[in-house]
Amino acid sequence: MGSGSYIATRILMTIPTIVLLLTFIFFFVRVLPGDPVLLHFEKQARPEVIESLRHQLGFDRPILDQYLDYMLGVIRGDLGKSMEDFSPVSEQVLSAFPATLELSIFSMIIAVIVGVLLGVVASRSYNSSADHFLRFFGVAVYATPIFFIGMLLQLLFGIGLHLFPTGGRMYPGMEPCGLSFGGTTIRTGLYTIDSILEGNPVKFILALEYLFLPSVTLGLYLSGIFLRLTRSNMLDTLFAEFTIAAKARGLKAKTVMYSYALRNALLPIFTMMGLEFAALLGGAVLTETTFSWPGLGRYLVQRIAFRDYTAIQGAVVYFALVVSLTSLVVDVAYSYLDPRIRV
Amino acid sequence: MRQGITSRSDKRWFPVSAISRFVALRNKGVAGLAIFVGTIIVLSISLMTVSAPWISPRDPSAINVGPVLASPSIDFPLGTDHLGRDMLSRVISGGSIMLQVALLSVPICLFVGVPIGLLAAYIGGTPEKVTSLVMDCVYAFPGLILAIAIAAVLGPGVFNMTLAIVVVYIPSYYRVVRSQVLSIKELTYVDAARAIGASGPSIVFRYILPSVLPSVIAVSSVNFADAILTAAGLTFIGLGLPVSTPDWGWDLTNGRQLLPSGAWWVMAFPGIMIVLLALGFTLVGEGLNELLNPKLEVQVS
Repeated sequence: MGSGSYIATRILMTIPTIVLLLTFIFFFVRVLPGDPVLLHFEKQARPEVIESLRHQLGFDRPILDQYLDYMLGVIRGDLGKSMEDFSPVSEQVLSAFPATLELSIFSMIIAVIVGVLLGVVASRSYNSSADHFLRFFGVAVYATPIFFIGMLLQLLFGIGLHLFPTGGRMYPGMEPCGLSFGGTTIRTGLYTIDSILEGNPVKFILALEYLFLPSVTLGLYLSGIFLRLTRSNMLDTLFAEFTIAAKARGLKAKTVMYSYALRNALLPIFTMMGLEFAALLGGAVLTETTFSWPGLGRYLVQRIAFRDYTAIQGAVVYFALVVSLTSLVVDVAYSYLDPRIRV
Repeated sequence: MRQGITSRSDKRWFPVSAISRFVALRNKGVAGLAIFVGTIIVLSISLMTVSAPWISPRDPSAINVGPVLASPSIDFPLGTDHLGRDMLSRVISGGSIMLQVALLSVPICLFVGVPIGLLAAYIGGTPEKVTSLVMDCVYAFPGLILAIAIAAVLGPGVFNMTLAIVVVYIPSYYRVVRSQVLSIKELTYVDAARAIGASGPSIVFRYILPSVLPSVIAVSSVNFADAILTAAGLTFIGLGLPVSTPDWGWDLTNGRQLLPSGAWWVMAFPGIMIVLLALGFTLVGEGLNELLNPKLEVQVS
């Protein structure tokens, strides 16, 4: 199969997945609870109010019409109106997402660096006490609730040592405004990039300081998975025929370790980054709640408290779209890196 | 290594031989030690939680039993929270909801996920493709976000939390069972069973199921830890039981708000308990995994 047709099949496969996910979410959030409007008011509003809200949100129409409307809306980028403040959910979701994206990128970088480094150390000293300790570290990090890691870091670095801010995304009033020339401004919503665009090093450093604790929290949580993967891949490749052949040819142990074993062990790590992106977003919800980080996860948690079902649905749908598209991009990129996968 | 677990030569009364085999695990290398330590941790925490009404020094929900936000002392070994509740008593009884949710959800996952995986892979064709598409869909979605959405819609309660966790984790069982059955059903002994006239159900449940069980056991043990952590996460963001029920997850939520005042003990001790419990289950799962299927890599995510 050529690479063009592989990519085409992969893209076509994404469509039923997304349709299925959106249908699940619609069913769970909108149909299963009964009447979302009644639930929203906890049965404490006058019937006329309930009826008018129901009409305004289109909930008085047949469920199949609502479903088709919702699916068509998602294609147009319309996620409906919030039940709490009637503003479009898609705008709220889009304004919250960059914060989550920035946190995710930095956490992923930390997770990969820490995980791969420790994994290489563990495999180099295979079956020694250092190896056992690092494997235990991997298990322990996995078994620790992410918000507990976050609070311990807050306690140590924020409240104890006063080194880093323990909550929020930026010093109030210091939000970077991006690059502006003429009448247009270019803003990404990622504070680190926006502050560079603005050319303001103070804001850049501040943005990093606020990012530090949340991304270390989320990064540590995921690093265990990368540690485990790097270790087992390194052990596989260290005993593979091509590394033994390289050793037999008299290459230095270091060369064999890094340019033969590690290079081949890194490919699966790339796939893992795509797979773990879903776990990362789940962890981001808890991290954002712990650090009052104004991202999509915190938006979701806040809307749950308001029983704002349309907003909950919108946020979950957005997460679903991001995850499906990321896995699509990772698979396509991987087919270039490792042509064997296309068969 | 297999001998230690599957040996049948021991003629002693079953509980006695089981206990002595369990104690012997300590000497079965790192994996055996992990199972031994993990089991001890899980059993002691479960015992503590079950006997909470008799061993906790004070009523865990009673307010103003001591000064507000007292740091650990002889009277209050783990301190008190912002309502003057005794943290030691809250730590002793706070695991009950999490354990209930885990004990309910893992068996349900097993009884739903394993048969679906067995049948889908054995039958093959369109039914297998459809179930796999649905399961992969759920599996690829961030588990915690799905659980949050379901729990938010269903409202608080032990059973609703259980349901949220069950929906999220059934696909892990399905995937492990399916991939194993796909290779096992091509083996000669299955052909032999078919040749001697075994019926479809009997092949699936008497011939194939036993070969799949070891990996299912390892997955379900790690799954206990997942259920505990998901339940803790749901409670932490406010989707657990009403605040009146003592729970480690709630105490962490409280502790987060009290952290700036320096009252670290409100969140530290319940947090350590969650870590210990989840660690216990993970150690058992990892150890079993290594002892029972040396080749199989269980996906823990």
